[in-house]
Amino acid sequence: MRNRKRTGWHRVINGVSISTFFVALFIGLPLYWIIASSFKTPVSLGTSPPQYFPNPVSTTNYQQAFSQYNFGVYFRNSLIVTLIATAIVLAVGTLAGYGLGRLPMRGKFSLMVTLLMISVFPEIALIAPLYLLLRNLGWLNSFQGLIIPYAAFNLPFAIWILRNYFLSIPKEMEETGRIDGASPLRTVWEIILPQALPGLFTAAIFCFTACWTEFLMALTFNSANNYRTIPVGIAEFGTVFTVPYGTIFAASVVAVVPIGILVFIFRKFVISGLTSGAVKG
Amino acid sequence: MSTVDLDQVNKVYPNGFHAVKDLNLNVGDGELMVLVGPSGCGKTTALRMVAGLEDITSGSVRIGGKVVNEVSPKGRDIAMVFQNYALYPHMTVAENIGYALKLRKMPKVELTAKVRETADILGLTEWLNRKPGQLSGGQRQRVAMGRAIVREPSVFLMDEPLSNLDAKLRVQMRAEVSRIQRRIGVATIYVTHDQTEAMTMGDRVAVMRAGVLQQIDDPQVLYDRPDNLFVAAFIGSPAMNLYEAVVGEGAGSVQLGSQRVDLPDSVVLAHPGLASYAGKTVVIGMRPEHLPTVVPGGRGATLGADVDLVEALGSELVVHFTIDAKRVLAEGAHSADAEAATISGEGVARIDPRTPVKAGDRITFAIDTAGLQFFDPVSGAAIWS
Repeated sequence: MRNRKRTGWHRVINGVSISTFFVALFIGLPLYWIIASSFKTPVSLGTSPPQYFPNPVSTTNYQQAFSQYNFGVYFRNSLIVTLIATAIVLAVGTLAGYGLGRLPMRGKFSLMVTLLMISVFPEIALIAPLYLLLRNLGWLNSFQGLIIPYAAFNLPFAIWILRNYFLSIPKEMEETGRIDGASPLRTVWEIILPQALPGLFTAAIFCFTACWTEFLMALTFNSANNYRTIPVGIAEFGTVFTVPYGTIFAASVVAVVPIGILVFIFRKFVISGLTSGAVKG
Repeated sequence: MSTVDLDQVNKVYPNGFHAVKDLNLNVGDGELMVLVGPSGCGKTTALRMVAGLEDITSGSVRIGGKVVNEVSPKGRDIAMVFQNYALYPHMTVAENIGYALKLRKMPKVELTAKVRETADILGLTEWLNRKPGQLSGGQRQRVAMGRAIVREPSVFLMDEPLSNLDAKLRVQMRAEVSRIQRRIGVATIYVTHDQTEAMTMGDRVAVMRAGVLQQIDDPQVLYDRPDNLFVAAFIGSPAMNLYEAVVGEGAGSVQLGSQRVDLPDSVVLAHPGLASYAGKTVVIGMRPEHLPTVVPGGRGATLGADVDLVEALGSELVVHFTIDAKRVLAEGAHSADAEAATISGEGVARIDPRTPVKAGDRITFAIDTAGLQFFDPVSGAAIWS
């Protein structure tokens, strides 16, 4: 085997960095196209050859999305539904994950497998019965009509992530807490939870993203304009005669921004949350 | 200031495993009691029962004369140092040390003063605002100690607190832990699997095996007069050489493989019980330091052996040798690797560093008969009277 030192351009341009570049391009280009197009005028959107940079730069699409297409309402609805569902998932998921990870209990394994099975269950198979259920409850076109199913669908995965995270915390932490004189709830709150923060962030971001982008249930259960969430709202921008691409792009950018910010801030936590248990910390 | 008394304590796990059997143990005020034994011998379980982290199946644990079987860990006025330290990673050193005091609702000024004082004792003052993750292993160990002593508990429990440190630091911390323990003068139970730690630190040492207490004594007594084969083999490094031997008429000699070793009368006087084993097999034990090389013109019991390997330690030579007698292993006293690697008849001697000896030589040891030990081959009990 040759063992020569990489020098000059070999250090920068090699198989790994080239593939990284193409992957980044593959993911980044569509995103760039959405952002660039959202600043174009309707005329320059359709030019051939296409404009790579918007010229002139226009914010009309953004103004239209909020003024003509009710995007502000959709954004608010999405925020309410997503935040509350995520909060419920975290609260219940933390307790369940702690119990399943830490407390002595029968049938833990079967419970975890059941949860896993539920989490891979296709949403579309449950839409019809859920619709009937919500209709009988009078919950169609309401926030709770989306919040409860969202929380239920995202709980299994969150419980899995959190349980694995709790498992990676040494049990001596609780024992030290007991000897130090902390009550069980205080032990969880002051000693265990701060150490499980990466797991909590990971679960929160996955749940947030899933709720934020959910389409099928939102479309089926909340069809009234006042309760539409962003994905449904954007889909309904178009009419039989026109598809306002620029406005759709602008709305999509606004919709993606919160997730981008979240992931960017908590990226370190998310990575450590996903890899916990792989190596002993 | 307190004492700890375990009275006929048993621990049976739900799966039927009997981890601790009829354990009686009294730790005096200010005493450092070491619980030592191979892994799985029940020493940690015993400690955890004292701490209240493990239920007691039967028997009673008393701290300061009061039965605490049903008292929560918090109410027992104990402090415990764990093997992995269990420091709270999200709190600073000062918060870690002060957490128990904070839970007791100690006023802030007093708490800060207490934490400072403790940090001073342990040399942690400049690290008080660091998180445990930024500390070295030895410093973390000290924080764990600090967290325990700041509360001024009446009992101190330590579960292999030094086993995560490297060898050099362990020797250093060993002395430090002993010093701190003497300074605060609190009854302490110290669990370890390392017999060197047990010998050097303990005021008294309790040797356990498979849940049963084998012997409890001063370290020197444990070394000089082990009650049974297990204690003899477990205490001491390198371990005692144990061989099967047949006792001669009137216990005037023993047959060790093909060699006949004459025993002076002093041996029978010290071990009168040996006479009744005439013609029978016993286990003979010789500490490595009781096998010096023979001096010209010297008299007394000798043992010829083939040298396999010589390790020069500077202060002494460790000679690995082989004789044609059958070597005896006390079950559980050696690591599995050591048991697997054992060659029949193998033994170890520690001799003067300037002895000219090399691998392949034939060597003659002069047996220091005052240090000989004899054990019943079936029960393993030491033969004295």
